[in-house]
Amino acid sequence: MTIQIAVTVDARNLSCPMPIVKTAIAIKRLASGQVLEVLATDPGSAKDFAAWSKTTGNEVIESDVQGRVFRFVLRKK
Amino acid sequence: MEKPLAITLFSGTDDKLQAAAVLTAGAAAIGRPVHIFLQYWGLDAFRAGRDGTERQLAPEAGEEGRAAVERLASAGQATWRETLEQAKAIGQVEIQACSLSMDLLGLTPGDLDSLVDGVEGVTAFWLTASEGQVLFI
Repeated sequence: MTIQIAVTVDARNLSCPMPIVKTAIAIKRLASGQVLEVLATDPGSAKDFAAWSKTTGNEVIESDVQGRVFRFVLRKK
Repeated sequence: MEKPLAITLFSGTDDKLQAAAVLTAGAAAIGRPVHIFLQYWGLDAFRAGRDGTERQLAPEAGEEGRAAVERLASAGQATWRETLEQAKAIGQVEIQACSLSMDLLGLTPGDLDSLVDGVEGVTAFWLTASEGQVLFI
């Protein structure tokens, strides 16, 4: 099944905490169940997105890294 | 409801304000209410018209530290003011000026940055702060 991505947040080259802040702003505009993609280069991203997902309940459904770019696919709670 | 965080922001240098803003935005992103109490030079930094780029740093920064901070700023890092603005957009962030510090600096509410929600005394601060953790910066 193909995942339908509603919006992509390009947070590449932004320092902490902006990748999370921009994601939190973007996800507010989505409906429950919609999917958001994030690109980030902040080295803390892997741990930060895991922690954010755990506390907010928005699920990380895909996560990978290519070179210095992290990519997360999140489903809104 | 996540445990609230109270920050007593005493310092007025851009690096410490940036650290406070980052901690605030992170807490706001995970749903923790943040209450910032501005004292002394922390309050001085919140005069209207300042844009978060005065570039005064803590003494331990030195020349190398200043160069590092400037490098990140020219790479497009958000200023502490912008970071706080974003934190307010995503979560529950309240910024209050300490009334003693208002007297000390001879300020009235009209002199303050629009990010500041009001003026309160230390008793009111502790009433809201006692529920959670307190940081002094």
